[in-house]
Amino acid sequence: MTRALRLLRRRLIGSVFVLLIVVVGSFLLLEAAPGDAVDAYIVSTGGDAGLVESLRQHWGLDQSEPTRLANYLWALAHLDLGQSVAFSRPIRDLILERLPNTLLLMVSATALSFGLGSLLGIVAGARPGSARDRILSIGSLALYAVPGFWLGLVLSVVFAVQLRWLPIAGIESIASGKAGFARAADIASHLVLPVAALGFIYLALYLRMMRAGMAEVWRQDFVRALIARGIPRRRIVIRHVARNALLPLVTMLGLQSAQMLGGSVVIESVFSMPGLGRLAQEAVAARDTPLLLGIILVSAVLVVLVNLAVDIAYAFLDPRVGTSEART
Amino acid sequence: MRGPGMSRMARFFRSPEAIAGALILAALALMALVAPLLFSSDPLAIAGPPLTPPFQDWALPLGTDRLGRDVLAELFHGARTSLVVGLAAAAASLAIGAVVGTLAGFAGGLTDEVLMRVTDAFQTVPGFLLALAFVSVVGPSLGVVVAAIALSAWTGPARVARAEVLSIRERDYVAGARVIGMHPLEIAFREVLPNALPPVLALSSVIVAAAILTEAALSFLGLGDPNRVTWGGMIAEGRAVLRSQPFLSIVPGVALVLTVLGIYLAGEGAVEGTAVRRGLS
Repeated sequence: MTRALRLLRRRLIGSVFVLLIVVVGSFLLLEAAPGDAVDAYIVSTGGDAGLVESLRQHWGLDQSEPTRLANYLWALAHLDLGQSVAFSRPIRDLILERLPNTLLLMVSATALSFGLGSLLGIVAGARPGSARDRILSIGSLALYAVPGFWLGLVLSVVFAVQLRWLPIAGIESIASGKAGFARAADIASHLVLPVAALGFIYLALYLRMMRAGMAEVWRQDFVRALIARGIPRRRIVIRHVARNALLPLVTMLGLQSAQMLGGSVVIESVFSMPGLGRLAQEAVAARDTPLLLGIILVSAVLVVLVNLAVDIAYAFLDPRVGTSEART
Repeated sequence: MRGPGMSRMARFFRSPEAIAGALILAALALMALVAPLLFSSDPLAIAGPPLTPPFQDWALPLGTDRLGRDVLAELFHGARTSLVVGLAAAAASLAIGAVVGTLAGFAGGLTDEVLMRVTDAFQTVPGFLLALAFVSVVGPSLGVVVAAIALSAWTGPARVARAEVLSIRERDYVAGARVIGMHPLEIAFREVLPNALPPVLALSSVIVAAAILTEAALSFLGLGDPNRVTWGGMIAEGRAVLRSQPFLSIVPGVALVLTVLGIYLAGEGAVEGTAVRRGLS
């Protein structure tokens, strides 16, 4: 227990530094954009030079860059992400409103890709080099070559436009008056296509990792010993080979979270899902740099949290982790 | 049995997957090269009545899109954009990664710590989000798209290069270079870096493929170079008539899938070729 806690503390300190670099880096990048929030606001509303001046003063945009960075960091310390120009609302509220949809999409897609991917990986890795392994390996490579947004479009043409089995866009039926279980079922039916589009691509990744890991384990001496002792093959595959190949997949789960978040930007835009990714696209379209900055930060925090969770899970799964770091 | 003298090339062509990949890539390169010769006019110019279905007019074999542009010409010119962006972005991210990884691994200490925390920071921000922000700040053009993709893809090569440099820097020839008084930077980049390159270069097929997919996604969201035909842009363009003419979005998507698959297959063949040589397979 203390081992996991020590690891957690070490990782937390490192994460704070990393997040600080992310904040300063993205702040400076977005500062380099031509025009500021006031320009974007005036384009949509109109107004004279006097209004521009007073708005700049109001939002503190007339101050120097280091001052504004300091102000931004100070506000961040109070969990204040500032005001969105395009929506005229606090950015924190906007993000908190959209975040659950993205989390739902990500968790479901991760469960699909990890579950089905590792299962198929076990099927392929049970007999490396067999016909079944070859078919699955080539198939997963082909799947991995498919752009997620295009898969989403094709799926929606087939299942929403032609067959009319599933809704084409959104997260739930508008003003359906559904509640409780019926509402959950409604949301689930809206999630099927986006989750499939996002999850199927990464399924290939877990399949290939599982298969490669198992092929490696098969070559080890203890597996030969198990075969020699006449242990049933099915038991060797599941209890010994697959189990030993599973750990790297858990690490991948953390590394993959950033890519999944990136992928959800396009998927949410294909399915008009009101999530964080769609918000990012709206921020880009409206040149709302403070909102984009807020989204980048929240995504980074999310990725850090997922990786912390993976580290802790890893420490429980593998007793060797953390023991060598006891002195630090 | 195969002898040690068998070349890497010969081993590459023993695998049917690698041959398929090489053929796809050759066809693609040909498409990109002959695009301006076959369709000398501007692919963004109007070529016929809008939404001509495919296989109706021999002058427009794949028909036209919503604005009456020749789909086949767009497809060929799109191959150019995809290949140029994919190769340039991959080359840039491999170069950045190799330099950062070598500096971090060779210098060690505080330099290593700072560079690796920066690498961590880049890996923490979702790459696509970073590319999106970068393009929206600087403005969409081919060079900016390449830079944006490189910015989100250099971390993998940097980690691999660093790990390799860490194992190389204790070798005798490096100590020898120190003894004869070579400047540390000269040792790092002229002695260590070239020897650390093979595992970094092994990543190139995956990085080219990812770059092509990222470019397609950016163009799909309307952040590609507006003066060039891109497959992602074609898919987005066809989306407006997805119900009546799904063909317009499906064709460029198939081209994307085949391209990326070709790169993966050829890349796997090449890596297997070297792995056999090292006795890993």
